[in-house]
Amino acid sequence: MRELTIIEAMREALREEMHDNPDIFVMGEDSRIGGSFLLTLGLFDEFGPKRVLDTPISETGFIGLAIGAAMSGLRPVVDLQYGDFAFCAMEQLAHNACKLRYMSGGQVKVPAVLHFPTGASGRGGTHAQSMERYFSHFPGLKVGVPATPYDAKGMFKAAIRDDNFCIITSHKHLYGSKGRKFLVSEGVSLTVPDEDYVVPFGSAEVKRQGEDVTVVATLIMLHRALDVAQKLEGEGISVEVVDPRSLVPLDRDTILESVIKTGRLVIVEEDTITYGWGAEIAATVAQQALGYLDAPVLRVATPDVPMPAAPNLEKSLVPDQERIKQAIYQVLGR
Amino acid sequence: MTEKMLDHELMVRMLRKMTLIRHFEQKVNELFLRGYIPGTIHLSLGQEAVPVGVTTALRDDDVILPTHRGHGHALAKGMPPEALFAELFARQDGCSKGKGGSLHIGDVTRGIMPANPVVGSSVPVAAGIGFSFKYRGQDRIAACFFGDGAVNTGPLHEGLNLAALWTLPVLYVCENNQYAITTPIQSVSLVQPLSKRAEAYGMAAQTVDGNDVVAVYQAALEAVGRVRGGEGPFFLECVTYRQGGHKRDDPGTYRDKEEVDHWLSLDPLPRIRERVVRDGVLSEEQVLELERSVDEEIESAVQGALSSPPPDPASALMDVYA
Repeated sequence: MRELTIIEAMREALREEMHDNPDIFVMGEDSRIGGSFLLTLGLFDEFGPKRVLDTPISETGFIGLAIGAAMSGLRPVVDLQYGDFAFCAMEQLAHNACKLRYMSGGQVKVPAVLHFPTGASGRGGTHAQSMERYFSHFPGLKVGVPATPYDAKGMFKAAIRDDNFCIITSHKHLYGSKGRKFLVSEGVSLTVPDEDYVVPFGSAEVKRQGEDVTVVATLIMLHRALDVAQKLEGEGISVEVVDPRSLVPLDRDTILESVIKTGRLVIVEEDTITYGWGAEIAATVAQQALGYLDAPVLRVATPDVPMPAAPNLEKSLVPDQERIKQAIYQVLGR
Repeated sequence: MTEKMLDHELMVRMLRKMTLIRHFEQKVNELFLRGYIPGTIHLSLGQEAVPVGVTTALRDDDVILPTHRGHGHALAKGMPPEALFAELFARQDGCSKGKGGSLHIGDVTRGIMPANPVVGSSVPVAAGIGFSFKYRGQDRIAACFFGDGAVNTGPLHEGLNLAALWTLPVLYVCENNQYAITTPIQSVSLVQPLSKRAEAYGMAAQTVDGNDVVAVYQAALEAVGRVRGGEGPFFLECVTYRQGGHKRDDPGTYRDKEEVDHWLSLDPLPRIRERVVRDGVLSEEQVLELERSVDEEIESAVQGALSSPPPDPASALMDVYA
């Protein structure tokens, strides 16, 4: 057992899988020197130019290429500098990555991984979007949102071994790349076991047990929710925090089980609120656990505006501990 | 290779395939009007020499990527007409089990990769297939068909650049039928011929008469040899003409009668047919016999496809994930 950052954990997963399977190769902009968040740091020296490829700035080109390579038997891993740039390759992703199998009557598989960082980090509208939401609406894709090093390594491995096109993303502030201080809530373990393991898609985890209210949150919002839960313990409020870990497939059972236990639900997402994944969870609970609810479901999210660059403006929009706390008070009637 | 040296068997094979595609699509047209085919269809009448000439230069384990106008590509690479009819009729035994329709045909066992009909989309995908062949040291190539309408799309630019950059074994076949729906290519591209585009990527290229199947075959054979030999991708522009409209409800009236008549006089099927007779490869009677046998094959394929049931509704939920 060692302590790793999320990016170290992902890199370790990729390196181990590349050792085990010669069909895996990785490509992206500046991959040779590690890529923007250092996913591939050191891999060029280890695996050489055949398996670690620098690409031109050409998202449609290399994502389309990855799809073709995956269809004919390889297992490409694509590393994007920013999740937002996936929009440049939207046709490839929305059609080829997730529909070629279905449209061909099951003749092909597209076993590829697309990794990118997501979320707001002071860079403004085109470098701040919560991209995981968009891809959660395409049947045929899987979307993983690991928020701890353990989950990041296990889910990265699960994605590489999966026979479908998988997206893996974490929040820019969580990676811990380039020696930057990364955000993590107190009490969250950074340890990663030495032995091989996977975190399967579709397996939510209760990150903190509680009795009074369920908070469902991902990525950086998960850590904020855990911070709030810890603080509220002092006020006698017991908060259960559930991390879906993947948006597609979504482990509805674990969420429902928690809500049935607590009777109250707050959903926290960094994304803009309208048509977000939080609405999907709220609808699921409304359909399957309405009778167990003691209060209306609340969503805490970013208002429907593009993300501004100024730190104080960004901070004013993105859910913080205070807003999460107020939402919890509200569902508890305090 | 001189024309005279062309193998007789090869000439007959190409004539038969072109006749099959022509008669298949004429049948599709008829059956569409009679209500057997849902959705829409894009016919390639007049363009048959391109897929036939190109696929004849390929090996069985090479692959192709068809376009939205892809019946000819699939038949040329060996898809059984019955599987294609069944797909167009939306039947269970269609090549894509009824989930693809005319626009999304494929038969991976015969090297026909599932088509994405969105113009330009398959260009980087073909690069990836070529990448896998090279990565694994396989002696195979991918042939990617696209129309003149694709040359102004982003994916074409990005895909050609990567294919050239990484010396990938891909034959890019620009099937220039001169119209993007109603828009003549001259009105949307200042660079002619379109094969000149390849130079921007450092890619070898050639333009050929796409209505002469022998010319297409010979050019493709040479290009395939270079691609297979590790010289990187090749851009083969085949200039042809869409005899009909863009799709079923398009009479194509935006084109001069003179222009259409000119191209009808260059119809690739009579050209190879006359040549086969002229060169003494087949007698007129033998050609008629070949045509009869094609029609019998088509009739039997139609009957076979019509006997296939519609897909089980439960199958609509299957094959989303592997």
